[in-house]
Amino acid sequence: MKQYIIKRLLTAIPLLLCISFVCFVFINLIPSDPAEVALRVRQVPIITDEAIAEVRAELGLDKPYLVRYLTWLVNCLKGDFGISYVNPSRTVAGELLRCLPATLRLAGASFILVILLSLPIGFFCAVYKDSWFDRIMRGIIFITTAMPAYWVGLLLMWSVSIKLDLLPTSGSGSWRHLILPACTVSLSYIATFIRLIRNNMLENMKQDYVLYANVRGLPQKSILVKHILKNSMHTCIVALGMSIPQLISGTIVVENVFAWPGLGTLCISSIFNRDYPVIQTYVLLIGVLFVMFNLLFDILQSLADPRLRKEAA
Amino acid sequence: MLQRFLHHKTAVATVSLVLLVALIGIFAPWIAPNDPLATDIINKFAPYSAEYPLGTDNLGRCLLSRMIYGIRPTLGLAVLTMLGTICLGALMGLLAGYFRGWIEEVIMRVVDVMLSFPSQVMVFAVVALLGVSVQNVIIANVFIKWAWYARMIRTGVMQHRNSNYVLFSRCIGTPERFVLLRHLVPSIASDLAVLASLDVGWAIINISTLSFLGLGVQAPTPEWGAMLNEAKNVMTSNPTQMIVPGIAIVVLVSAFNLMGDALRDVLDPKEVSE
Amino acid sequence: MSVIEVRDLCVSLKTKKGLHPIVKNVSFSVNQGECLGILGESGSGKSMTVKAFAGLLDKSFQVSGQAVFNGRDLLKESKESLRRLRGRQITMVLQNPMTCFDPLYRIGNQMAETFAVHTQWDKAQIRSRSLDILERMQIKDPAEVLEKYPHQLSGGMLQRIMIGIAIALEPDLLIADEPTTAIDAITQFEILQEFQKIKSGHQTAMLFITHDLGAVSKVADRILVMSNGEIVDKGEFSHILHHAIDPYTKLLVEKRSAVMARYRLALQKEASQ
Repeated sequence: MKQYIIKRLLTAIPLLLCISFVCFVFINLIPSDPAEVALRVRQVPIITDEAIAEVRAELGLDKPYLVRYLTWLVNCLKGDFGISYVNPSRTVAGELLRCLPATLRLAGASFILVILLSLPIGFFCAVYKDSWFDRIMRGIIFITTAMPAYWVGLLLMWSVSIKLDLLPTSGSGSWRHLILPACTVSLSYIATFIRLIRNNMLENMKQDYVLYANVRGLPQKSILVKHILKNSMHTCIVALGMSIPQLISGTIVVENVFAWPGLGTLCISSIFNRDYPVIQTYVLLIGVLFVMFNLLFDILQSLADPRLRKEAA
Repeated sequence: MLQRFLHHKTAVATVSLVLLVALIGIFAPWIAPNDPLATDIINKFAPYSAEYPLGTDNLGRCLLSRMIYGIRPTLGLAVLTMLGTICLGALMGLLAGYFRGWIEEVIMRVVDVMLSFPSQVMVFAVVALLGVSVQNVIIANVFIKWAWYARMIRTGVMQHRNSNYVLFSRCIGTPERFVLLRHLVPSIASDLAVLASLDVGWAIINISTLSFLGLGVQAPTPEWGAMLNEAKNVMTSNPTQMIVPGIAIVVLVSAFNLMGDALRDVLDPKEVSE
Repeated sequence: MSVIEVRDLCVSLKTKKGLHPIVKNVSFSVNQGECLGILGESGSGKSMTVKAFAGLLDKSFQVSGQAVFNGRDLLKESKESLRRLRGRQITMVLQNPMTCFDPLYRIGNQMAETFAVHTQWDKAQIRSRSLDILERMQIKDPAEVLEKYPHQLSGGMLQRIMIGIAIALEPDLLIADEPTTAIDAITQFEILQEFQKIKSGHQTAMLFITHDLGAVSKVADRILVMSNGEIVDKGEFSHILHHAIDPYTKLLVEKRSAVMARYRLALQKEASQ
């Protein structure tokens, strides 16, 4: 088992390097010269060719590509992601850390909503397949997948906040601010997971072990919960786990609708301000999160499943 | 095939709806009652009337006309995105499947990396890198989607490469490439049609999202996502402005999603009998 | 006295175009201590017949007729009372031992849950009975096997465990649904021996469903031949072999005649003894 985990960890390293390299190339593809940008950031009044050459040497821009990549990578590992182009008094790491808690709160609340709603609804849709409940839920899921998240956000804001005046329209602060954005973010994921759990359970119901459980005269409740639900959770667990980084990156649009001061708002404003180091680090962060969560839930799944456990051992 | 299509009510209904919408978009100048860009400040937030069937927006522009003209960028860009995606994906998939060897190795590794990356964030990264404009939105969307098609088409080529008729054609000396393509196209076409029609819906949502955030189609142009962005600011005084484009997007995307499912039934009779 | 008597059993699949018949007017009975073989190729409706009266078909099937088990018509019983019968008075052995156990639970757990549902035994009793059964099925290291997951055991072992679970609670009717189909030849032989033992040792009525003439010849007293959902032939085993009426049965017999020659000899020897 230990060996399997180590092997899995080792395979993640090339992927992480790949992602970091893409991010590094990304900032080198921008049309403007980083040395020039650096001078502007330092508010040097007149930008001369000598000054640019000087800064180039200082920033190591005259060194070969690979050396620059390695230096950048080492800095990243130390937590130094450079400074913001727009606001030179701030580091990129500081900016991201400032915005991270708000996004994590939103993603966390959405994740809880996703689990709380999609599990029972998916379960009952599968158990009572083709009943009115299943039909209604399938209709809702169908419409939900066709609704853009930002429009859902606008509708909720208009109906709940403006018409009914129940919750604040935007901003953050209390838990009341959290409700509408979290509902909006989680909606499409809830639809996806209801469908995933429902189809997975229906697939499991056709398996021989369910027939045999019936043959042995086990009560329906035990077959459904102990056998079918547990088996489908085993296949869904990676997808559920991967929804965490997806939720973190999926908040971009909704944060902008509700003016939620998180990473998404920072990312969009950075795009408008051409604050490339911030965007670069944001992409790097999300990419690394994806790889890490994938790794984590793969390992968790192999720990939980006796078949995989044996293979791994 | 045509017979089966005509008997499938959903397929006929959704395809006609989409065609109807497309035609309205193409003939917008003749159909729209007003100029979509002409402002009429005195009549802003006007309710339904004969002159403005759906009322006017915050600048007094005819909402219905803007909706009709908005079909062009909304649907047009989505279709363009899908065409680009399929072309690039098909090219890469065929290259990988046909030449094998190191070309395949390189392409498939790139595909794997592309598929493991979070697509939402990649769109924003590409737009950020290239700058805010319509064509960059299309490039960004093609960039994150082509890998799916490349993989699918490569699998198709692989299945057909060693099939009997290709071996046979090699024996009797017909150009292998020609035979492969002739058999490959119809067998992949059904999968491709289903996937592509589902993905047009996805592209519509994605492009309108970018426009909504101000990263795609820019303000005066009537695009449904951009219209929603404008509507957001006047939500309290004129909610109609927000509801009409939203419903339009939902209907159009639903139509494409239903069309995908219906095409699957029509093109793959095995699924129906099951 | 017959343990189960099936009269005019019909099963139809409900489709959009109407009812599609799968089993048509099937009647038979099985006495205590007797083994009835149901022979037929796949899709002939032999499994459907059994699943229908055991209550294992879902709502998409329509079942009519009678199936009297110990004086009760099973087709009129509620789902709940059928469930109580299954696994205790009516038990089954299924075709694919490798996929019939839930991969996520240990064998011991799955045996225990069966006994816990049908008996009042406490944990210690369940454990000792489980060990008993595994020993009776000639499984080495029973205590260790209880701790194993299904994928860690061979198909033959799992099939024997399944048979063990089926006879553990001394049922009135044991149904074996193609129990030898998915197993290799040597294990098949051992499994058939187990069935012969059950037949000689217990007073259990048995229904043995198979498409394998060789297998059925070893255990069945009487045979039904099914084709396209109907009974096309029935009778004593040797009678079928010599005087098959139905062309399908004839075909089956002819194909197997070379192999069967040996079995026939054995049977005649048995008859003369």
